[in-house]
Amino acid sequence: MTGKKILIVDDEPNIVLSLDYLVRRKGFVPLIARNGMEALSVANEHTPDLIILDIMMPDIDGYDVCQTIKSNPKFSHTKIIFLSAKSRPEDISKGLSMGADKYVTKPFSTKQLLVEIIELL
Amino acid sequence: MSGLIVLVIVAYLAMLFFVAYRIDASTRLRLRVANSPTIYALSLAVYCTAWTFFGSVGGASAYNIQFLTIYIGPVILMPFLWFIYRKFIRISRAQGISSLSDFIANRYDKSIGLNRLVAILLMLGIIPYIALQITGIDKAIETIVTNNGTEQNDWLSYVDTSFLVTLGLGYFIIIFTTKRFQEKEQNTGLVGAIALESIVKLIVFLFFGVYIVLYASDKPQLFADFDASKLKLNPNNDYGQWFGMIFLSALAFLFLPRQFELGVVTAANERKVKRAIWMFPIYLLLINLFVIPIAIVGNNMFAGHKMNPDMYMLSIPIHLNNGWMALLVLLGGFSAASGMIIVATHALSKMVSNAILMPSFINNRFVLNRFKDRNHKIPVFFRRLSIFVVLLLAYLYHKLVVADFTLISIGLVSFVAVAQFSPAILGGIFWKLGNKYGAIIGISLGFSVWLIFLIGPTILNLNVHGVFGTGHHSIRPEGDLITTVLFWSLLLNTLGYIAGSILTKQTALEQNQATLYVDIMNYSTEVDSGVVWKGTAFFPDIKSLLSRFLGERRVTAELNHFAQKQGINLEDQDELDSRLIGYSEKMLSPIVGASSAKILISSVVKEEKLSMEDVVNILEESQKIIAVNKELQQRTDELKRVSEALKLANFRMKENDLLKDEFLYTVTHEMRTPLTSIKALSELLSDEEDAMPEEIKKEFLNTILKESNRMTRLISQVLDLENFESGKHQLIIDKVDISELMQHCLQSLDGVFKQNNIQVCIDIEENLPDLEADHDRITQVVLNLLANAAKYCDKESGKVWVDISRIGSLLQVKIADNGPGVIPELREIIFEKFFQAKNQTMRKPKGSGLGLAISKKIIQLHEGKIGVNTNDPEGSVFTFSIPFTQNRD
Repeated sequence: MTGKKILIVDDEPNIVLSLDYLVRRKGFVPLIARNGMEALSVANEHTPDLIILDIMMPDIDGYDVCQTIKSNPKFSHTKIIFLSAKSRPEDISKGLSMGADKYVTKPFSTKQLLVEIIELL
Repeated sequence: MSGLIVLVIVAYLAMLFFVAYRIDASTRLRLRVANSPTIYALSLAVYCTAWTFFGSVGGASAYNIQFLTIYIGPVILMPFLWFIYRKFIRISRAQGISSLSDFIANRYDKSIGLNRLVAILLMLGIIPYIALQITGIDKAIETIVTNNGTEQNDWLSYVDTSFLVTLGLGYFIIIFTTKRFQEKEQNTGLVGAIALESIVKLIVFLFFGVYIVLYASDKPQLFADFDASKLKLNPNNDYGQWFGMIFLSALAFLFLPRQFELGVVTAANERKVKRAIWMFPIYLLLINLFVIPIAIVGNNMFAGHKMNPDMYMLSIPIHLNNGWMALLVLLGGFSAASGMIIVATHALSKMVSNAILMPSFINNRFVLNRFKDRNHKIPVFFRRLSIFVVLLLAYLYHKLVVADFTLISIGLVSFVAVAQFSPAILGGIFWKLGNKYGAIIGISLGFSVWLIFLIGPTILNLNVHGVFGTGHHSIRPEGDLITTVLFWSLLLNTLGYIAGSILTKQTALEQNQATLYVDIMNYSTEVDSGVVWKGTAFFPDIKSLLSRFLGERRVTAELNHFAQKQGINLEDQDELDSRLIGYSEKMLSPIVGASSAKILISSVVKEEKLSMEDVVNILEESQKIIAVNKELQQRTDELKRVSEALKLANFRMKENDLLKDEFLYTVTHEMRTPLTSIKALSELLSDEEDAMPEEIKKEFLNTILKESNRMTRLISQVLDLENFESGKHQLIIDKVDISELMQHCLQSLDGVFKQNNIQVCIDIEENLPDLEADHDRITQVVLNLLANAAKYCDKESGKVWVDISRIGSLLQVKIADNGPGVIPELREIIFEKFFQAKNQTMRKPKGSGLGLAISKKIIQLHEGKIGVNTNDPEGSVFTFSIPFTQNRD
């Protein structure tokens, strides 16, 4: 399981900070992107195994990133977890309808998130 | 050829049947036709008969274009039609009027005598006119058959075509005017068919006209000898005659039974008249467009021949050996003639049935009771009988009398006849004092003159039929005779009407009807007004009477409808109120005629004699009802308005609620971001305290502290805003030195500027007076704007400008930066709290999203304004201005 690449996409540096540490600690290779555009180019370059994706971002939002990734056969094995502060039921069902594998709301529990990540990989 | 003629006419009749049938069969189509103003306007063109189609060319061929006067008259009338027709239509609808004679009789005491008189006189006046149309068709067919030349003994010349045609049209009339008899009759199918006939005759005429002009332009001699200067609208220079003709045709347009039928009786609404006002004159113009060229060509083509100019329309294509064109023209002429025959016969038959046959039947108790079970069939039977009688008489007149009159003259005789009703009708709707005796005297006098001078000679000449060839123009009723008779008959008629009305007294009923006719525009069409009646009646009597004539089903439905509208319970009432009596009479009226309806109703009602006082009271009552209705309408309107306002308020409240929800959601969402970091980081810290390197531990703890501060700031800002909005925060106004305040703010942000290499340029006007303001709040605004500028200015070589100046009584503070600027679409909404809440995809770089909203609130509380604009060439300028002195009370 170690060595798998996890792309962290969030425009909030302090959240990236915690996620980066968490992922690295468990032996995954973290990749960082601070907005949607960056996320797509990093993903293209490294083909991550999993993407932790924020929804509200300044340029391309998480929904679009998710759809773009999921519609590309190159990423057929790439899993996506939405990590968003949007917590209404309709937000969650919208996120899942975009093809994401999991939807975790902020503030999240590190342990829970880790369980979801391991489950997916 | 003959076979083709028969085929064309039969096919045309079949098409009329088909169209009328289709319209009547489909409710949707019926409504569309009934409501179409264009079809209404076209149906009025039934005015143009065979007389127009064949006769106009005949008239023009003699260099006499006086025929045009009969179109000029209606055209001049058109602008006034709105005032006259609207009144006619309203009265007819309010009173259930079914014909011209009903319209007159109903006004004058609902007199059967008058109704009969009008009906009989109209028979005398119109039947020759119908006969003329039959003759027109007959002559047209004869012209084709005899001039065709090839077959000397054509079989069709042995057949009485006019009889067969009359029979066919009679069948059409019976089918489409008496089939849906028991229902509220509008005869929409018939109206549609007539409109179609108007189109056919117009198109054929135009087509033929174009054909002739094109043909003749190849053959110059056909136009050669014609001296256009000889064409005279007024050949005898007799302006009296000229004026008389125009006047006569205008009256004819109003009072010809066929015009009244289509223009008033079947007109479902008065708005349609507006379309006819401009469309009908255009129709007349078009159908007269080619008359003179055709006449010229005919005159030259048949110079030296003995050819009836009335038949030029047909003899020209025959002469040119164009059989198809001749057939087409025949078809156009047939459509012109048949339209008139259909509508005129229909209108006349209603009068004969309702004014002559029906009242006799109803007055005869013995017969009435004998046919008690079949009463409802009687009106239909009478109507069919009347149609038969009218057509039979017209046919006989055609066979025995018409023969050699030019088409125009008999038409004019009919015009003079119907003109005799104008004093009684126009007086009836404009002059309340006009009464029954006046009407009878006037009409009788006018018709006597008409009979003696116009009809007398034609009857006398019956015996000299043989010597009555072409050229004996003196014997025919010509223009000058027509206008002379018109003048004298109308003069005597009008004088008789006025004298009779003044010298005799109106009955109470008549007075009531007079008021209704003259003041119809004051009565709402909705109110079942105008019932002057006092007495007792019982519901079962009325209902069984109505059912006898209208059929049980319709009566039950209509009475229920009426009860619902008036809010009364029919079963509860033994004695009926006057409204129901009036309504019942109105229901019966179209079926049996107004006079008969009155007799029938009074047969089951114990009526009391009305005094003049009662009439006045009842009329006042109905005026009051109208007033009450108006007031009710106003109330309803007001209620509607109030409920609209309520809806709006409710909508706004819901919107506010939604905004509040949205705000709450956004606040919690904004809090979640720092909370998320805090939670994640502290979890990691507590889980791996031992394994974690020291510097990471420190970084995490630091971050937790920063994020906690961020949350604290957010919470205090939310509370701030909330307090401003609810009015809990009051400004503490003091003297403020703005330049000192600015220096202070710049100092506190000095670290930030230095750290990011931002250059600050300051321009503060000297000698600014002190500002009356809340020192801390203004500081808050300035700090917020400066912090924003620092945040958004160019990353490499940031610049921030501060400019403070005085503009009149206002202090203006500008804080600009050289960052990317604010796009125009966002310049308003960045001052809304959490503006990105509505633009979920667009996220602000950092900050609570409340700073500008709070700033705006503070500036507003200082009666000032805040806004953002573009810095030149890029970046943004935030400007706020507030008055130096605050108006505080």
